[in-house]
Amino acid sequence: MTVAAQQAGTRVPAGVKPRRSFSLARHGTLLASLGILAGFLLLWEFLPPALDVPKFIIPTVSDCLVELKRMWFQERLFSHTMSTAFYTVLGFAIGSALGAVMGYLLGMSAFWEKVLSPYILALQIAPKVAFAPLFIMWFGYNAMPKLLVTVLIVFFPVMVNVLQAMRTVDRDLVNLARAYKLSRWGIFRKIEMPSTLPNLMAGLRIASTLAVIGVTVGELVGGNTGLGFLISYGGGQANAAMVFNAILFLTLIGIVLYTVLARVEEKILHYLPKAEH
Amino acid sequence: MALEYRGVSKDFVTNPDNPLTAVRDINFRVEEGEFVSIVGPSGCGKSTILSMTAGLYQPTRGEVFVSDERVVGPNAHVGFMLQKDLLLPWRSIVSNIEFGLEARGVGKAARRERAMKELRHCHLDGFENHFPYQLSGGMRQRAALARTLAIDPEIILLDEPFSALDAQTKLLLQNSFGGTIAAAGKTTLLITHDLAEAVLMSDRILVLSERPGTIVAEIRIDLPHRDQPLKRRVLPEVSRYAAELFGHLKLEEKAL
Repeated sequence: MTVAAQQAGTRVPAGVKPRRSFSLARHGTLLASLGILAGFLLLWEFLPPALDVPKFIIPTVSDCLVELKRMWFQERLFSHTMSTAFYTVLGFAIGSALGAVMGYLLGMSAFWEKVLSPYILALQIAPKVAFAPLFIMWFGYNAMPKLLVTVLIVFFPVMVNVLQAMRTVDRDLVNLARAYKLSRWGIFRKIEMPSTLPNLMAGLRIASTLAVIGVTVGELVGGNTGLGFLISYGGGQANAAMVFNAILFLTLIGIVLYTVLARVEEKILHYLPKAEH
Repeated sequence: MALEYRGVSKDFVTNPDNPLTAVRDINFRVEEGEFVSIVGPSGCGKSTILSMTAGLYQPTRGEVFVSDERVVGPNAHVGFMLQKDLLLPWRSIVSNIEFGLEARGVGKAARRERAMKELRHCHLDGFENHFPYQLSGGMRQRAALARTLAIDPEIILLDEPFSALDAQTKLLLQNSFGGTIAAAGKTTLLITHDLAEAVLMSDRILVLSERPGTIVAEIRIDLPHRDQPLKRRVLPEVSRYAAELFGHLKLEEKAL
């Protein structure tokens, strides 16, 4: 008892102590990161003009900022951004819900998994964004095509991650639950579902970055709203600054979604020991 | 009696022409409150015996009885523990101990009460709200024992529960388990390859042969302090018993 208690006892202060040095180290990396950003922005501002690169090829940082202001007031940048963000989140939610359900269903049936796996593999390899023109032919120039592309692109990483995790659930844990006479549903709810949660969350994180791509492609190919539309519109006008700004905002949407998911994951998976660096 | 094997054999059919016989014609009885160990070379079907007792699968021939009832599937009489603690990492310790009670229609408050009681019996007071990763290997195994005892099984099956621990933790945990199990008065079947462990903890030892496993010897341990393996450890007779086991397992011939 005492030995084990001591072991557990030393662990608590051990977790507290390194925090100070850790924050110092993080300060260092933060400073270095900011330094690289500043250097990059300076190069971007002064190098292209010095090399006589025309504005419509590489606009400088200040050009982009001027264009940003114009886009905000004259191109309804805010509402385009909101539209893209909305469809990103919606497509992500639908696609990952379908992917998770499908992953769990296939994970419970070895038969159907084997039957369907060649088709799943084929669909997984097929470039989903290439379906966008088809969807426009079928559904017209509305929100449906971009939503479908997003759902399709989000679906697979979530499903594959869940399926993979279902295959590797600890058989002994399942046997333990069986010995305790849990029902099939009980085993799923109390063993399989929580066991696969880390993989599900990893799948969602991958999917969140893909969702932005799905919506963007949908908007690029057809429609008159969203940041993807601004990219094709700006491209048509040889307005590179507009394209740069739209890409920046798309990235921001992706970062926000990813960060939210990472936070949720940290909350849900609090019981996993943190990797020590 | 608590457990009886009558002419039990188990074949695993991976290749229909050549079924693999894991254990053959096993007969033994375990009386109520008795602590019996099964030792044998690796791959002799020790764990097959455990799984059949737990009802996870059926014998090919013969019958297994637990508390005079024939085992036909997972049942409430049996609690088992493996080398892995099988604690659910997403649950706190107390909630892990409650796990076995959840499918039994025990109310929430009653579950918590039982779990806290077993937590104290296994000397884990104050750790109820910790998560498994925060506990040492020995403490985790004690939590697993608490979970096993919480369902109040008539027989406890231990499948090498100490083999993943370091030597000192192992001794302490054997002592702790011996005391807790004796106090609870539980019938216990321990599967182990550690001969000293079998001698220290058991009333009786069954020796299994190589596959297909069958019982080749039965040794009664007439020593005091079954509830305190650390005390039994210093008795001079222990080495004689271990030597006897050693002989039955024909380890000397294999060493050549």
